[in-house]
Formats: sequence, C-alpha cells, structure tokens
Amino acid sequence: MKFATTRAGLIRAGVFFLVLLVIPIVGGPGYLLNTLIFTIMYAALSSSWNLIGGYAGYPSLGHVAFFGIGAYATGIIFSDSVYGGYAPFFLLPVIGLGVAFMSIPIGWVSMRTRADVFAIVTITLLFITQTLAFNLKNVTGGAQGKSVAPAPFDVGTYDWPFYYAMLILLAIAMGISLYFRRSKIGLSLATVRADEDKAHGVGVRVTAVKLIAFAVSAGLVAMVGGVWAYYVGFIYPQFAVDPLITIGMVLMAFLGGRGTLWGPVLGAFILVPAQEYFAQAFGASELYLIAYAAVFLVIMLFLPRGILPSITERLARRRASAAGAARDGASPTPSALPTSEVKVVR
Amino acid sequence: MHSLIQAIILGILTGGVYALMASGQTLIFGIMKVVNLAQGALVVLGAYLTYTLFTQLGIDPFLSILITTPLLFLVGVGVQYVLLRPLHGDDVAQLSLLVTFAIALGVEGVLSFAYGSTLTNVQPAYANFSWTILGYQVSLVRFVAFLLSLVMLGLLYLILQRTKFGRSVRATVQNPMSAQLLGVNANRVSALGFGLGAATAAAAGSVFGMLNSFNPGSHYDLISRLLTIVVLGGLGSIGGSVVAALVMGVASSVVSALASPIWSDFTFFIVLLLVLLIRPRGLFGARTRGAL
Repeated sequence: MKFATTRAGLIRAGVFFLVLLVIPIVGGPGYLLNTLIFTIMYAALSSSWNLIGGYAGYPSLGHVAFFGIGAYATGIIFSDSVYGGYAPFFLLPVIGLGVAFMSIPIGWVSMRTRADVFAIVTITLLFITQTLAFNLKNVTGGAQGKSVAPAPFDVGTYDWPFYYAMLILLAIAMGISLYFRRSKIGLSLATVRADEDKAHGVGVRVTAVKLIAFAVSAGLVAMVGGVWAYYVGFIYPQFAVDPLITIGMVLMAFLGGRGTLWGPVLGAFILVPAQEYFAQAFGASELYLIAYAAVFLVIMLFLPRGILPSITERLARRRASAAGAARDGASPTPSALPTSEVKVVR
Repeated sequence: MHSLIQAIILGILTGGVYALMASGQTLIFGIMKVVNLAQGALVVLGAYLTYTLFTQLGIDPFLSILITTPLLFLVGVGVQYVLLRPLHGDDVAQLSLLVTFAIALGVEGVLSFAYGSTLTNVQPAYANFSWTILGYQVSLVRFVAFLLSLVMLGLLYLILQRTKFGRSVRATVQNPMSAQLLGVNANRVSALGFGLGAATAAAAGSVFGMLNSFNPGSHYDLISRLLTIVVLGGLGSIGGSVVAALVMGVASSVVSALASPIWSDFTFFIVLLLVLLIRPRGLFGARTRGAL
C-alpha cells in the first residue's frame, strides 16, 4: 500500500477542490458560504496543526497563539483608518514568514521537552499571548478590541475573496502535508514520533526537522488568522486567542485521524457544521461548551486513532483476509496488517 | 521596604494554597504520568460548591471543606474509572492529557450553565477581618487558609508515608512495573490517587473562593500557574511542588507590589521559560524518560 501520488489520490483532491471552487458560483442559501468559510478555515488550521501535532507527535495546545498574532498583525497594519482592499491578502505571505521565523526560538525552547510537558509549555504560550493582547493596550486596543479596515467588496459577492483565500490556504497546507509525507522530512518526523531517542541515535537531525515542522505550521496558522481578522472585522483578545480554537484544531485532527493527509479536513467538515447546528439549536454558549467536551471525550474513548486510520485498517484487514481466503484459507500474514499509519504510508 | 515585606508575607500565605492545589496535580502525574489539565477546573468546581453551601445552607466556607473534599474525591475516582482507565494504545499520555482538557471544558460548561459567567466571591462575615502585627497586615482568611493548607499537606504526607495505600503509591511513582510485579493493584492506586488529587483541589477551592473573585473561566488562569509550579518543582515531586508554590507565591506577589499586578502573571511564564532553558526537569524532578 504505497501512498504515491496515485491517480485515485489526484482525482480525489481534484474533485474536492473543484466542488469547493464552484460552490460560490452555483450559489445556495445565504448561510452556506459563511459556514463553509469557517469549515475551510478549520480544515486549514487543523491540517497545519497536523504537521507538528500529527506527523511529529508533538501535541501543541498553543497554536491559537500564532493564529492570534496573525490576526493582530492584519488588524494593526490595516486598522480602521486605512483603506484595505485586497492588500491584506497580499500581505499574508509576509505575516506567515514573519511568524514562522518568530516561532523558531519558541519551538526550540519548548521542544526541549517531550509530549506532556511540551503541551504544558505550548498552553502557556496561549496564555502569554492572550495576556499580552489584553494588556498592550496601545497596540492591540486591549479588551476594547481592535477594528480592522472594512473590506470594500460588493455586497453580493462579499464573502468570495475570504472564501477563496481560505481555500488557497487549505490547499497550501495540504500541499505541504503531502510534500512532508513524500520527502525525507516526513520520514524523519515519523521516526521522531516513533522513538525520538533512537532516531537521534541513528543520525536523524531531530531538532532541525522538528523546528521546520513547527515553524511551517505556525506560519500557516498565522496566515489563516490574518484572513479571519479581515473577515470578522473586529478582534478581541478572548476571541483571537481563544482556547476553543486550539482545541478545535486538535479535536478535528484527532477525529479524522492525525498524521494523515485527509484526516484533519474530514474532521473539520464533520465538526464545524455540527458546531453551527448546535449553536443554532441550543443557542446558549454554555451548552455548546458541554457538547464540545462530550464530543471530545467520545472521540478519545471510542475512536482514539481517528476515523481514517480505523477505516484503512479495517479495509486492509478485509483485503488481507479475502486474499487469505483466495489462497485456500491460508491465514493473512501479520505483516500485511498495517500497525500504524506511518507504516501504511511507507 | 515595608511594601516588600508585606508582599512577601502575602506571597507566602498565598503560596501555601497553591502548594495544596499543586501537590494534588503532581501526585496525579507521579502515579499515572498524566498531566491533569483539569486541576484548575476542579479547584473552581470546589469553590462553586462552597459558594452554594454557604449561600444556600449557610455553611461556613472552612467547614464546607468537610463536605466538598469527600465529594470531589469521589468525582476524581469516577473520572479515572470512566474516562481515563479505558484509554489504551501507543500514546496514552497524549490521549489522557486531552481527556483531562475535555473534562476542564466540560466542568467550565456545566458551571457557566448553572451559575452564569459573572464573577462571584464567597464572603463570610469575617472576610475582611485582619490583624496588624508590627505594622504588617495579615488577613484572617489568608492566615487560616495557609494553616489549613499546611494541615492538609500534612495529612497527605501521613497518608503517603504511613498507610499501605501510601506505600503502593510511592512504589508506583518510583517504578510502576516493579510495583505491579510486587502485587500493587495499579488500577486501584491510580483511581485513589486521582481521587486524592481532586480532593486537594476541592480543599484548595473552598479557600480560593474566599481569597479571589472567580467565574467558570477562572480555571485557565489557575492551570497556567499550577503548571508552572509543578514544572518548577519537578513533575511528580510533592516536596518540590510545595517549595515551588511558595517561591512562585512570593515572586508573583513581590512583582505585583513593586511593578504592577499585570506583570505578576508574567512572572509565572518567565520562570517557566527559564526553568525549561536551564533545568528542564525542575528543582527536584527525577529524570523520567519520555516525560522530559
């Protein structure tokens, strides 16, 4: 089962993006595009998180810090007095690169620790950023919030630029994921995830690949944050650096299957619409929080490896047993069963 | 000078309460190798229980500890039994961490549903009483809270040192595999350990509710402080967490008095970064493979 850029994979990706490309043109109910923007946003966020959290096995709980930094970067450069136009979109790569470089020392310090403590450090990063956003009032506007230049787009197609910007970011995030999997970086990350000490011992440049994954992931998340800020138009510390966004990224990757290309996307396309539905149905944000926690617990307890890996494994098992039956009841060889996603890939 | 000493007194008294919360968290890590991100939420839950007992039934906040502690002990045991024990696979540590985070979110959701998100405070009649000793203010609530924390920590010490359960816990902390081989029931120790950790959170929560205004979202502030304390003390070391809590209590209170309260939060973060840069295993931490 080699994950080359198979024809099936190409067709799958082609159809997926083609459908999403034409949806605004075809049109639909008013809320559709709005829901899709957030769905694609989370798919992009979760795919970016997956680079470090899935492939490298370092579960960052602080990625929303970079999201917030990207949001505030857009908000500060294009504050209400400045005419924005399409400029905020063109500035995104600069923000992404800037945040990526900025995240390197952060990653270097925090990745001196392993899984648990790494999660602690990154969650602290979240709190640092939020505290800064609240307290650096001259720059961020503090709790009063910061308004971003209103976008001068036509009412009829107002959502389009944001929609396509998010879609492009998702494509980039997935493209990088794909590149990671098919390159030496991905292989090195897989060894880090499996056993970092041994990987280090046999000469894998663990620190370098971890930092690359961390920086790329942080930069992508910051760019998504930039688009988000321009779209919502007004940013508050508690929403730009919201623990729920972090948890969203993690949860979606876990639901779909972390360390897989399509897992985070699948997770986002299940959870975000569900979320919108819950918000419509229950209204009150407290119930929403409870529902979120419940879904989270159910996934952890019953689908700890995520949907895609579970399905792949089941398919492989069925195929193996079918092959075994064909060989006159010979039992499937254990090596035919993929024990983890990493091995499925390679 | 006067304000510095006043800040140090305040810091020590506050640090005592943090020590209680952190000891539970580090105990849970020691036994199960799980960083309990729900510890802050359990403290807030304890505070709200105390609030309800006080406002509805008129039970004194300090006395309510006798009710909240056993209650949260049971909650802790239940959580371990239902949510943490079934986890298995390669990355149990990661999954457990996220499960505790989900528990924190759930507790926050339930509390905001029940109480709303406005800040509240437990205000018994003696809340504002304080002594003046040699010109320094010592508030009654803080002083009793500190003493109480010492008593609870003493109890915890006795449980760990003098009981059979305590021996099993210490054995599990040192070497889970050998402990099991020698007949320690790991599941039982984990469940009771998690319960004990939650119980310290409850006791600390009752006091926390008198010292601070809180709302269901307060657990984020708490957990970031607790994590710093626990990492500084060395994960799994109860003595370390007590020392670290006192150090951090004093440090943040001094910074808050001399600079501004805003920066007192930052003392925690800066200390955390320094610890990770200089000595990632903390003051008294053992070198555990996989954790650091």
